[in-house]
Amino acid sequence: MNSTLHQYFKLVSHEVRLEFKNYHALTSLLVYSLATIFIAYISYRQSLDPITWNALFWIIMLFAATNAIARSFIQESRGLQLFHYTFLNPAVVILAKTTYNILLLSVLGFINLCAFSLFFSLSIHDWGQFTIGLLLGSFGLSAVLTLVSGIVSKAHNQAALVAILGFPLLFPLLITIIKFSGNAILGVEWAINLPNFNLLIALNSIIVVLSFLLFPYLWRD
Amino acid sequence: MKSNMARSWWWKITALVLLFYTFYEGFLGEIPRMPILNETIRNLYFHVTMWMAMLVLMICNAFYGILYLNKSDLYFDLVADESGRMAMVFGIAGLLTGMVWANYTWGAPWVNDPQLNGTAASLLIYAAYFILRNSIPDDSKRARLAAVYGIFAFVMMIVFIMVLPKMTASLHPGKGGNPGFNKYDLDANMRMVFYPAVIAWTLLGVWMMSLRIRIRKLEWKKEDQ
Repeated sequence: MNSTLHQYFKLVSHEVRLEFKNYHALTSLLVYSLATIFIAYISYRQSLDPITWNALFWIIMLFAATNAIARSFIQESRGLQLFHYTFLNPAVVILAKTTYNILLLSVLGFINLCAFSLFFSLSIHDWGQFTIGLLLGSFGLSAVLTLVSGIVSKAHNQAALVAILGFPLLFPLLITIIKFSGNAILGVEWAINLPNFNLLIALNSIIVVLSFLLFPYLWRD
Repeated sequence: MKSNMARSWWWKITALVLLFYTFYEGFLGEIPRMPILNETIRNLYFHVTMWMAMLVLMICNAFYGILYLNKSDLYFDLVADESGRMAMVFGIAGLLTGMVWANYTWGAPWVNDPQLNGTAASLLIYAAYFILRNSIPDDSKRARLAAVYGIFAFVMMIVFIMVLPKMTASLHPGKGGNPGFNKYDLDANMRMVFYPAVIAWTLLGVWMMSLRIRIRKLEWKKEDQ
C-alpha cells in the first residue's frame, strides 16, 4: 500500500517536472485559451448577460481542456511507456495522470477567469460557489478526457478523436456545471444549488471509479 | 443467445404475433380521450416502446463489453458491436416517430427538452463508438478499446437520460403536470398493449441482431478457409 502511494506521488511530481522542463507546451496552452477568449471578446464587443457569459466560459474551458489533455499520453515515448508498463500499477498511472490534469486545468481555469474579467465585465455574486464550481468542473473535464486520451493513444493517436469521443460523454457534466455556476453567478442560495452540487460530486466519483476500473484493460498490449 | 436460441423459432413467432397485435391495437384499438394528446396518444405504442427496445439493446452492448473484457472471446465483441448497431437503428426510429408526434402535439419537431437532449446525446455517443471501432484495424485491440469506451459511455448515458430529466421540468406527457401516460393515468387497456409492444420491438431487434451476427460468423469462416 505504502509503495503504491509512493508510486502515485512520484508519478504526479514526475508529470509536473516534465511539464516545466519543456514549458513551451504550457505556454502554447495558455496562448491558445487567451486567444480563444480574445476571439470571443472581438466577436461580442459588449458586456454579456450572465447566462451567455457562463455558457461561453465553459465552452472555452471545454476546448482548452481538450487541447491540454489530448496530449497527456501521446507525448510519451515508446520506451517510457514500456517502462511504466513493466514497473507500475496501471490504476496508479491513470490516477496520477488524472490528478496532474486536474491541477493543470484548475490553474488554467483561474487564468481564464482572470482573462474573462479583463475583457468582459463580470458580476459574480457568490464567489465561493463559483470557485467550487470551477474546481468541480475542472475535475470532471480532466477525469473524462484523461481516460478518453488513454483510449485514443492506443488507437493510432489521432488527436481529433479525443474531441469526437470525449464531447458526447461530457454532456451530463457540462449541463450540470453550467447550471451550478450559473446559479452561483446569480447569487442563488446554497440550499437551492445543493442538488446540482450533489450531482456533480456523484458524477465525478462515478467517472473516477470507472476510469480506475477500466484503464487496466487498455494497458495490456 | 448462443446459436441454439438464434435458430429456434418460437420467439420469432412470438415477435411476429406481438407486432401484429401492436399494429392492430395501435391503429384501431380503444384509447382514452385526453386533452392536447387526443389521437396522438397512439404513438405510445411505437415511440416509447422503440425507446425501451433501444435501452435493452444498449444494456446488451455494455454487458457483452464487460464479458469481452473478462473472457477476451471475439464472439462477445461481435454481439456488442451488433447490439450497438441495432440500438442506433431503434434510437433513430424512436427519434423520428417522436419528431412526427411532437410536430402535432407541441407544434415543432424539436424543442428544448431534457429528454430530447438525452436522445441527441445517446445517438452521438453511439456514433462516436462506431467511429472509434472503425479507426482501429486490429481485431482484439478494437474489441478491447470499444468495450472500455462502450461501458464508460453507457454509464454516462444512463446518468443523462435517467437522472438529469428527473431534476428538470419536461414537456413530455406525464411530466411537469402535463396530461399523459405515467403510472397514475396509464389506463388498463393501454397497459395491455404497451407491455406486449415493448416485448415485440425488443424481440424484433434481437432477431435482426442475430441475423447479422450469423452473417458475420459466416464471413469469419470464409476468411479462415
